[in-house]
This record gives sequence, C-alpha cells and structure tokens, in this order.
Amino acid sequence: MTISTIIASSAPRVQARTLSPQETHEIDHELTLYPDRRAVGLEALKIVQKHQGWVSDESLLAVAQYLGMSAHELDGVATFFNLIFRQPVGRNVMLFCDSVSCYIMGCERIKDHISARLGIDYGETTADGQYTLLPVPCLGDCDRAPVMLMAGEQHRNLTKEKIDALLTSVQQEQPNK
Amino acid sequence: MAKISVDGIEYEVNPANNLLQECLSQGLDLPYFCWHPCMGSVGACRQCAVKQYRNAEDKTGTVVMACMTPASDGSIISINDKQATDFRSHVIESLMISHPHDCPVCEEGGECHLQDMTQMSGHNYRRYDFKKVTHRNQDLGPFINHEMNRCIACYRCVRFYDDYAGGTDLAALGSHHHVYFGRHEEGTLENEFSGNLVEVCPTGVFTDKTFSAHYTRKWDLQTAPSICSGCGAGCNTTPGERYGTLRRIVNRYHHDLNGYFLCDRGRFGYDANNSRDRVGEALYRHAHTDGEPRKALSAIEGARQLDAMASGELIGIGSPRASLESNMALRQRVGPQNFFSGMGDAQLSCATEVISLLQEPGLNCPDIRSLELSDCVLVVNEDITNTSARMALALRQATRNAASAMAQDARIPLWQDAAVRELAQHSRSPLIILSPQGTRLDDVASDTFLGTVEQQIVFVQSVAHAIDANCPAPNCAPENGAQVTSVANALCAAKRPSIVSGLSAESLALIKATANLARALREYRHRHGAANPSVDLCFAMPEVNTMGLALLMKEGGGSLSSALSILRTGKADAAIVLENDLYRRASAEAVDAALASKTPLIVIDHLHNAFNAKAHLLLPAATMAEQGGTWVNYEARAQHSYQVFQPEGSTRAAYEWLVPNNPVRGPSVHGDALLQELAGESRSFAPLLELLSSRSGIAALMKSPRQSHRFSGRTAMHANVHVHETKQAQDPHSPLSFSMEGLLLQKDASLMSAAWAPAWNSNQAISKFQEEINGELKQGNKGVHLLARDGERGSYNKVEHAPEQGLAKYFIEHLFGSEEISAASPAIQARAVPAYACIGKGLAQSLGVHQHGLLRLCADRYSVELPVLIRDRIADQCVGIYCGGEVNRASLCGSVSIEAVAKDANVLASARAMFSHLVISDTLPREG
Repeated sequence: MTISTIIASSAPRVQARTLSPQETHEIDHELTLYPDRRAVGLEALKIVQKHQGWVSDESLLAVAQYLGMSAHELDGVATFFNLIFRQPVGRNVMLFCDSVSCYIMGCERIKDHISARLGIDYGETTADGQYTLLPVPCLGDCDRAPVMLMAGEQHRNLTKEKIDALLTSVQQEQPNK
Repeated sequence: MAKISVDGIEYEVNPANNLLQECLSQGLDLPYFCWHPCMGSVGACRQCAVKQYRNAEDKTGTVVMACMTPASDGSIISINDKQATDFRSHVIESLMISHPHDCPVCEEGGECHLQDMTQMSGHNYRRYDFKKVTHRNQDLGPFINHEMNRCIACYRCVRFYDDYAGGTDLAALGSHHHVYFGRHEEGTLENEFSGNLVEVCPTGVFTDKTFSAHYTRKWDLQTAPSICSGCGAGCNTTPGERYGTLRRIVNRYHHDLNGYFLCDRGRFGYDANNSRDRVGEALYRHAHTDGEPRKALSAIEGARQLDAMASGELIGIGSPRASLESNMALRQRVGPQNFFSGMGDAQLSCATEVISLLQEPGLNCPDIRSLELSDCVLVVNEDITNTSARMALALRQATRNAASAMAQDARIPLWQDAAVRELAQHSRSPLIILSPQGTRLDDVASDTFLGTVEQQIVFVQSVAHAIDANCPAPNCAPENGAQVTSVANALCAAKRPSIVSGLSAESLALIKATANLARALREYRHRHGAANPSVDLCFAMPEVNTMGLALLMKEGGGSLSSALSILRTGKADAAIVLENDLYRRASAEAVDAALASKTPLIVIDHLHNAFNAKAHLLLPAATMAEQGGTWVNYEARAQHSYQVFQPEGSTRAAYEWLVPNNPVRGPSVHGDALLQELAGESRSFAPLLELLSSRSGIAALMKSPRQSHRFSGRTAMHANVHVHETKQAQDPHSPLSFSMEGLLLQKDASLMSAAWAPAWNSNQAISKFQEEINGELKQGNKGVHLLARDGERGSYNKVEHAPEQGLAKYFIEHLFGSEEISAASPAIQARAVPAYACIGKGLAQSLGVHQHGLLRLCADRYSVELPVLIRDRIADQCVGIYCGGEVNRASLCGSVSIEAVAKDANVLASARAMFSHLVISDTLPREG
C-alpha cells in the first residue's frame, strides 16, 4: 500500500529559500504598519517580486513561514492578483492596454506589430528572456491611447515606429548576455 | 415570530433568519448553492434571487438575494415573479458555462445538488458554444477525488474546510473565470473532516475516492439508518450496500449529535467490512490440538459445536464494541456472575465513575450541538480531535461565540457570515487546553497548559480550589499560579462553561479531579445566582458501546483481570469471548498466561486478529452494518442501528450465535426480546422500552423499504447463481424490509436513511424533513437517555493518586489507526503511522538521540523499540507513546524507562514523511 503513495502525495516538493536581508528588512517595515502579520501577505509578495522578478514556490514558502501563515492561504492571495507573477517573466514586462479607448485607437495593430517583431503573443516570454507581453484592462491614460506600461514608464500615443524605437533603445541599454 | 408574504401566501417565520432559510423551512423550493445551514450566507452565487416589494402598493419590486435579506416582519416577496425567475435562470446558465457534460460518468450524478438546482431554475438547453475553461486536477490523498472542471465557484468548500473545520491546506486560488479550489501543491488534504467536502460541494468536484473503487449510484444502494462505530460519540450514519459489499458511508442528520458532518474515521473506516481479514466461516480445532490448522464448519455445525463446548462452568467476556443485545445475550448464556468486562480494569473503573457523574444533579452532559453553545471550554487531557473528533469540531465552533456576541451587539445578523468574521477578526471565546502535548485545537485555544497527567491533576485541583475554597487543595502547589487564576476567572465569568475530558488517560484521579472542578464551579454559580447554575461536564468514550457495557457491568459481573485469573487457574470449563481482542485490553503476559491453561476458547468476532487466532472455535460475527443493534454513547443515549444488508455465508449477529439450543440460528432470534428482558431487569435500562415501543408502533403499519423506488437489477443481480429471481431476505422484527416496496421512506424521518424528496435528489433533501432548517427531524430519531439526574448531589472527592514512578508517560491517540476496526480499512491505513515514541528536545538531548532515531522503552517485563519523534510542544521530562496496533499498551502501564538505541536515521524515509505531518499543531499558525 501506499506508504510510497503517501510520500509522493504529501512530501513537500520544494523547500523554502532564505529571504535576503534586504527582503526581510522591507517586510519588517511593512509589519510595523499592520496589526496582523497575515495582512502583510500581499506587500511581502510585492517586495519579493521586486527583488526576484517573480514569486517562485520557494519564495512563497519562505514568505508564508516568515508571516506564520499557511502556504495555501498565501498562494490564494498571490494567484488572485494578475500582476503577482507565479512563473518567471522577462526582464521587461510590457503591460499593453487592450481596453476600449486603446481598441478604438487601433491597439490591435500595434500589438500585432509587437508580436511579429518579438515572436510572442499575450502571456508569452521571448526565448532570450528579454520581454513578456501581457494585456491589461486600462492604464488610465485614455486621451493618449494606445498606451503601454513597461519598466515603470508609460508609453503613450503608440505607433509602430515608436515601438521599433523603444525596442531598439532597450536593446542598446540591455544588450543580450 | 414575524409574518411574511411569499407569492401572496402568509407565513409565520423567525425574523432572526434570512429569507432563503425561512422559505426552505416553509417547504418552498428556492434554488441556492453557496448558503449552508451551518455556514450562513455570503451571497456568492446569486442563485436565490427573489423579488421583494416595499409595501402592498409596490407593484414593481426589486430583485434581492434571499440569503442576504432578513425575513423581517411584513416582508412581501415573490419567488415566482417573472423577473426573479428569469434572473435565476440566467445565473444558473452563467454558472454552468464551463461545467462539463459528464453527468453519466460523474459520481455525483443522481444525487447532485447542481443537477437539482439547474432543473429547478429551468436551464434546460445550453447556448454557450465557446471553449470551456478547463483545469488540471490534483491528487488529494486516499480519501478525496478532485475534478475541478465541474466547479461552479460557490466557495462552499473553502468556507467549510478552512472557516468551519480549521483546515489550512485548501485555498481558493486564482480569480474571475479561472478560480481553482485546491492545494498550493498536490498532496493529501490533512484536515480530519475532509470527507465532508463530498457532501458540502454541491457538485462533483470533491467525491469519495474509496466509493469510486466500487461505485454504485445512490438509488442502487441499499441503505438503513446506522450508527458510527468509530468512537463513543454516537454519530448517525447511512451505510450503503450493493451486491453484498459495503460501498460507502454518508452522514445521517441528527439534530443533537453530528448534525450535517462526520469525521474522516467515521466516513472512510467502513472498508474494514469488505476486508480480506474478515472471519468468513466458523473455524474449529480441538482444545488439545494447538498449532494445527482449524477446520471450517457450516453455520449449523458451528452452532452445535458452540453448544457442545459451552457446558459446565462457563465464563463470558463482553465487549465495548459489541451491541447491548450481544453483551446481554452472552450475559444470559453464562449467567450474570460469570459475565466479565471486556475492557481493561482501569478503563472500566473510569467509565463507572463517569456513570455516577451522569446521574449527579447540577451537572449536565452536553450533546454535541450544546457543546457548540458553550462560551468557555476547558479540555482536560483528552486529545479530543483524535479520540472523538466530531466533538472537537463542535468545540472549534464554540470559540466563535465571542464573535456571535459581538455581532449581536453590533446588530449584525448571525447568518451574515463574512460580516461576522470581519467584525470579530481574532476574537474568540476562551478555549483552555490542558494536555501533555500540542493538540490540533491549539490554533483556536486561548490558553494551553502542557503538563503530564499528574501535573494536570494538580492544576485542575488548584483551579477548583481557587473557585471554591471548600474544594480540597492539591498536596503540592502548581508552579504557575497566575495561569491557575486566569483559568478560574475565565470559567467563573462564563455564562455557559463546559468541561470536556475523556478516558484515554485511564486515570480515575484525573476524572475525580475534573468532577471536583465541575462541582466547585457549580457551587460558585449557585452562590452568585446564575440563572442556570448547572455546569456542562462530559467525557469522551473510546468505543461505540463503552458506556453500554459499563452500565451493564453495574448490574453485576467481574473485571477482566479476574476473568483472566479464572482462566489461568483452569477453573472454567470453557470461555466465550465476544467481539474482543484481549491483547488490546490486558498485558500480553496476562493474556498468554490465561490461554496457557488450554481452557476451550470460543471467540465470536468479525476480523481475524492475534487473539482470536488462538480460539478453538471462532465464529463469524456481523459488523455494525450487518446487524441491528443498540448502542449507548458518551451521554448514555441509547440509539438503535438497523441492519443494512444480510451478510452472506455463516456470518450472524453475535447474539444470534449466543442464544442457546437454537441450531438454526435463523431470524426467529431477535434482539428486541433481549432488550425487553434487560429493561425489565434493571432500572438503568428501563428507558429501552420507550425506544422499543417507538419502533414497534411503526412496524404495525407498513414496512419501510431499504431500497429506493428506482433500485435497479433486482431480478437480474443473482442471475449468475440462479436464473430464477431469488427470494428477498426476510426481516420480521424490524420496521424495515429488504425491498423496494412498502411505506415510502419520506413519510418517517426517524427511519430514513437516504434523504430524498421530489426535485431534491442530493443529501440536501434533508431540509424537507426538518421542523425548520437545521432543526429537529419531523418525527425525531433522538434515541433515549438511559440515565436521569436523580443521583446524589456529590460532595468533593478526595483525589488520591500515587505519584508515578520513573519517567512520566502518556499514550497518544490517532484518529487514523487507534481505533481497531477502522484501522483495517485500506484508506485509513494509508493515513496511519507506525507506532512511535514522542519526547521533547530537552529529554532528547540528555538521551543523545536525534529526530527519527530509535528508543527502547522498558517496562517491568516488557520492552519495545520505537522510532522517536521529537516535538516542540510537549510537557518536560515525559514520553508519549503511540501504540497503533503493534504495541501492547497494557504492558507499558507500570513504570517505564527509556534509552537510546540508535541516535538517528533509523526510521525509513517513508515513515519520516508521515511523521512530519503529525506535528502539524507545533507549526500551525496561531492567530491573534
């Protein structure tokens, strides 16, 4: 029976990693702002993502242990939010608005251009790990549609030419390693 | 009471409830998913929409969710309004968008709340023909199947599992159209009540994995009202049978006891019934031919052999896991003076003490529902989650009474589940746990005291003395006076305090000290003019009929040790042992010495074990599902279980074997006659007549069928044996028949096993049989209380206990593995751990042993080597022992010493993984 089944089904497959001093320092600060450790769950995930680029299972377990909550509960928080990444993403995440104003202003053509240049569709990452393309519902900049957010910077009134220029400048700043 | 109008008809309703609950209470059909009688409303599924009108002039009205709207006086609503009906049909259509068309292969099919509600809402044809959202399923362990594609995202599973049952490993993951209910990684659902997901989930996302292995549709199962044999709580169950094997167990609603929920031992332990280790036929060898294989006898030969052997000076040993009828039949057969207790001496003296406490005025033994109402609970020593788990689930709810009080102050209705939880945050009613080690309820405990049984006795005495100075103080003062004071204060401040303990320590001193505390609290409450000064005090019982046997022993009879010494000295001509493995009751040395006399030994039991391997005549006994019987739970409530099916071959209820000179042992033997005699003989058992009359009154009318009106294949199911349709089994003495014909089951809820009502095929049909939702069943099935509060108003006991010699120890119980019968079920075995010893870090250091090393435990004339588990939360300088089925507990009862045999890594990696789950309570998040 089944001892082996139990191991296969119950033994945790991943172990928590050690949080970096910088990460714990920032989480500790958040902990001073809330009466309840569990309330810091989302902020802690954002901190880890800021430093690691995404939230791996190892990171999730580490944060859960640090906050004294179950990994299942914390994963419920992590997976609820689209922009907490539970799988690796590219160094540059393109949050591309496909909502109504941008649609009217022809965002689909821009998106097709990006997809053609980089060879990725929504939800995909380029093979070199440089770009991830994600749709977002609105970036609050409808009067300058179509709009895209990348690396914390809003890019407005997008055209194919602007995309080309942007990709070239990123290429120059962050040449592929 | 309030008056509301539904579709022009006036109803009297309870304004404290919501409209959905009250409509259902009135017998109206209103579809719903997320609401549950025990979990209140969150308004998640939008299915129970109705039209509400402001007043009689308002003809337009507003669509509201019935579950989120109070049933306030003067409400005018309509269920049948066109807009409300349209709304509901669109809601179900959107909920069903990604639901697969797999009803024919889905195990929920035919008892599916989603099917029922879809039809009720009028969603007959699908219009959505785009791609459905699909999910990958998880392996959730040996109990539960996972099929996420069927999910309609009502959130009931996590609300039960996490919010109600305190689980931590099931979560709502993801969002909007791809919400996923599962674990963050694949693995066994750890919570002790995971099996309820099968019934809580309105569709087939969570189904019973053990049932899958031998699946049968609900309408093809033969069922009867039964009682769980897992412990002494007396939960009501419905076992289902097909083709001679037991297929599953589901909950059977009992208002006072289990309500809507069972523990996983009770639900998944049934497979022992189908075990290969069942005693299938009568086996015999001559008393002087030990070692030779036993020869199989037919039923009649077996009965004749019993009569031949059972002559002269006979002794009989009873059993706490056999029915009252069987114990009574044995007692009659051997004579009361030759009838001996089947439980160990210490356990019997504890149970006898509990009986007198059950009769003492001013104390009250709470049923499980009443436990939920307590606003301060003290648990003394008993690891209640592992011994009587359903009671632990009630204690978890009791801690929410603080939240209820806050909600009442804030005028939030209690059924507003999310609002009440949000308001209360971590506020809980006090739950104080005294225990030698961390327990599963620690996450909701307000205070815990880790101490050996001795230290707990001192602690309890000190609390009692602090509450009433007339209660004798302990010989030595406790080390933690502040904690004593705070516990005393919490108990005194409570409106309805409860004290819960049990027999697992087998310590009379502990029970007496606990009783003193209850008396001190009673005196305090009396002095301070409490409206109801009585104090709730209860003791969990380890086995289904521990209390019944203890009551029988009060009428005369001897202890187990005296029976063994009679056997040892060869004074008896033969011994009959009823459904009992004596190696679990007495030391192996004492049992072996008794057997050495070669007294002819007759054992009647249903599973082969080490003890009945030595029987000269072994007769196959019926299990709980295969016999009718009467069982007495921890409150001394006698309840009847009905035979679900007639076992094949020679298997008989033990009492049928025992009635003398009746070689046919046919259905002419019946238990009611035995109960009548018992009731006539003793005052304690007199209320059994009431139980009997409640049944015979029904029998005078038409019988109730055990099979549903859709039961299929009756004429064909034995065609491989004989082309003619076999005659149905007869059952002249019960109000049930082995048939589809008869009085429709829904006419009498007290005999109902599987709830069904037109348009309600799932278990949620139970609503149709309750006086009000979550209330009493219309005809009741409560059983009778055997003991009245007519004893003496006890004065304080002198608590005498000799301090333990050597190292302090305690015995560990596990929900999966400690109970003998369920432990023979493969699914339970998959969750059970091997025997181990548990120590704290300090002791481990001084012994020089590491986690998973090996310890030797030496008692007087017994020693055993056990893997060691080092825990954070365990009393200092003591050892916990989990015996499982392997270690002889009684041999370790004296003083024990321990030494390290191997420092570490002596335990298989496989066992290590299992151990890591045991200490979950050491690492559980504690809030607040």
